[in-house]
Amino acid sequence: MTDTPPVLQISGLKIALPKGADRPYALEGLDLEINPGEIVCLVGESGSGKSLSAGAIMRLLPEPHVHVAEGSIKFRGEEIVAKSEAEMRQIRGRDIAMIFQEPMTALNPQKTVGWQLDEVLRLHTKMSRKERRARAIEMLERVHLPDPPSAYNAYPHQISGGQRQRVMIAMALSLSPKLIIADEPTTALDVTTQLQILKLIRELQEQEGAGVLFITHDFGVVAEIADKVAVLRKGILVEQGPASEVLNNPQHAYTRALIGAVPALTPPPLKVPSTAPVVLKGTGLKKTFAARGGMLSGKRKAVTAVKDLTFELRQGETLGVVGESGSGKTTVSRIVTRLLECDAGSVEMDGKDLLALSPREMREMRKHIQMVFQDPMASLNPRKRVVDLIAQGPIVHGADPAKARADARRLLELVELSPASASRFPHEFSGGQRQRIGIARALALEPKVIVADEPVSALDVSVQAQVLKLLAELRDRLNLSLLFVTHDLRVAAQLCDRIIVMQKGEIVESGPTAEVFANPQHEYTQKLLSSIPGRDWTPPVIRTDAA
Amino acid sequence: MSFGLPPVLAYALRRLLQAVPVIILIMVATFLLLKLAPGDTVDALVGDMGGADAAYIARMRAEYGLDQPVWVQLWRYMAKLATFDLGWSFVYEQPVSVVLMDRLGTTLMLMAASLSLAFTLGIALGAIAARKAYSLTDNLISTLGLVFYATPSFFLSLLFIYLFSVKLGWLPVGGIKTIAGFYTGWDHVVDVALHLIMPTAALSLIYLSFYMRLMRATVLEVADLDFVRTARAKGAGEFRLMIHHIMRNALLPVITLLGLQFSTVLGGSVVVETIFTLPGLGQLASQSVVQRDMNTLMGIIFLCSIIVVVVNFLTDVLYARLDSRIELA
Repeated sequence: MTDTPPVLQISGLKIALPKGADRPYALEGLDLEINPGEIVCLVGESGSGKSLSAGAIMRLLPEPHVHVAEGSIKFRGEEIVAKSEAEMRQIRGRDIAMIFQEPMTALNPQKTVGWQLDEVLRLHTKMSRKERRARAIEMLERVHLPDPPSAYNAYPHQISGGQRQRVMIAMALSLSPKLIIADEPTTALDVTTQLQILKLIRELQEQEGAGVLFITHDFGVVAEIADKVAVLRKGILVEQGPASEVLNNPQHAYTRALIGAVPALTPPPLKVPSTAPVVLKGTGLKKTFAARGGMLSGKRKAVTAVKDLTFELRQGETLGVVGESGSGKTTVSRIVTRLLECDAGSVEMDGKDLLALSPREMREMRKHIQMVFQDPMASLNPRKRVVDLIAQGPIVHGADPAKARADARRLLELVELSPASASRFPHEFSGGQRQRIGIARALALEPKVIVADEPVSALDVSVQAQVLKLLAELRDRLNLSLLFVTHDLRVAAQLCDRIIVMQKGEIVESGPTAEVFANPQHEYTQKLLSSIPGRDWTPPVIRTDAA
Repeated sequence: MSFGLPPVLAYALRRLLQAVPVIILIMVATFLLLKLAPGDTVDALVGDMGGADAAYIARMRAEYGLDQPVWVQLWRYMAKLATFDLGWSFVYEQPVSVVLMDRLGTTLMLMAASLSLAFTLGIALGAIAARKAYSLTDNLISTLGLVFYATPSFFLSLLFIYLFSVKLGWLPVGGIKTIAGFYTGWDHVVDVALHLIMPTAALSLIYLSFYMRLMRATVLEVADLDFVRTARAKGAGEFRLMIHHIMRNALLPVITLLGLQFSTVLGGSVVVETIFTLPGLGQLASQSVVQRDMNTLMGIIFLCSIIVVVVNFLTDVLYARLDSRIELA
């Protein structure tokens, strides 16, 4: 491979940020080389500058605020930084193509899949309408979409997330680009879909011999797909090398910390004896959503989100509810907290059926069962100070405001935030810190049960490890019971004593996490487990104080 | 409830049925509201005649049914309305429907002209302002929008008349056509168009500023969305991005506003038609109020309610056609 020139050669790349940003350069001195047929993973946490480097290669930075200050980007030996906008338009889509993270928003909602595929061909080729259509359908076939002609005529909202990502890939590859930049292409997808898409990217890239710059934050994905890895931290390249080297023998302290924070796929031994009292018990829960639409066809389709679900949560235990999108796991968390009225069944707590309580009685019970939400930014009122956010619950339940605020400050200490943060607003915190506030808010009422719906999905892996550790510590110290909803099997393995695996509203398998992971019985569980990215890679045990 | 009709027709039927109680409610409320105003048709007619004796007035009241209790009058009116009989205008000595049809054309013409001007110019200026956001062009356009927004149409009308008719003598002061001009064919069209320029401008500028501001905001918002970035990464140029990707999506909320504002434009035409003495529904409405021509007034309101219902329906159909994610239901 040494005799062919590299597809991409970046040297000493510096990207300047506008004045007033947290640092002067988003990227400081990046060196990177991608050869034909090579997949290079650019890994880093949010704010590391990895997406901006993709923007620089495409020359799509939000100039002039953010611009290339120094360095060179050579695409097949030609300097990109010096090219005119018209020349760049020729290159974009034809020679360098991009695949983005969010396949729903990355496609124009008002144009059909076919139109959007056609656009690339129309912009860069002289093909006739008929040829373009044939080519587009051929591409849809190559990304293994079922029934390409009807996918061609579909609007993005009419196909699934995984299919939309396939369309994105078809679009990116339709002119056989030499370089493909994939910016977190599987992050928004379910784990089984993710594996399929990763395989597809690998398959097509091998056929085309293209170089791939694969941007991700997920070391599992890196283990799955990378030939080479480059690790970015706050704009500085800390480590670079062949994938097996970096993954199994990381040299830089930051890489070690990142890899150390990846939850291992080895679940903890079952520690809560099955004699502990049951604090929350759901029986025969059912929820059906009446779908709108179809009025003209005279039919109203109903979507069953949860059918006949039964579970038990014991004191001090963590029960994981695991499943892909649409499995009904979030509906479960909403039903047991009665944020959503359920069609049938009961949720027992302290011998009372929560679902049968009057609104007034339910309000009284709410202090025993609290929620931690996925998006800490969206779930904290941006106009309230942290201390008031935390104290609000107790005050509503009749606590003395002064005392509630004093307690709130103590809780901040408990979740390892400085007492000074009490008088600040949510936007002044990082994602991880906000989730700590969310946890403190949930704890303020001294609940018996905490229902956590994807509490760490929005967080970077190192922050995620810290929050998980905090949750585990608090659970043990306060003898809390956790109902933990997650799509991430690694996270479930790390925290949950028992798990229930849901598919299409039904429990397909349940049991102690260690047992389910070691010996999955149901076909779907097996498929889920075999789809975890990097499942064959065991993160090396690294002595580190960061995780 | 589709009766095997094509979807759009079935939807139209359903919307129409939903509109019936709304229109009935409007008519009853207006009827009662008008009865609260002091004086009636007879008072106005007698006033015009310069007075009459009490027996004559009483006889007239009895003849017009105005001596009956309000509830009986309401019932009689609604019963007739159910057969689309709008009654008789005692002021114009004609059936109300004839009076209305005479005036409808002018108003529709004024509204169509004003709305299309406001809409096309509004979205164009809004889009330009957004693409050049925070530049001198944007500031200029936005300031102009603010001025339009803050200037009442009656003031604009008078300003225009003073400037273009009195001072410059370019445009006719009022009316819909030159009296005793007897133009035919193309000359007639030009004549009417000249008469419509000032009223249209006066009526449309405030709406133009609405569309402009909304368009500017939505274009800015849409331009930041992921699919625009995708299109850029495909190698699309700025013009293509604007037309196919940004405008296409940014227009949707503006269309909603267009439908919502139709009724306020109808209201605005009362003022403008009165000032420019255009023989339209708006002018008729203000005259009918003064003359207490109850039947004509009720007829105008009935007609306007129907127009608004129809326009809202058309907006929804248009919206569904433009937004692939929406199905009529």
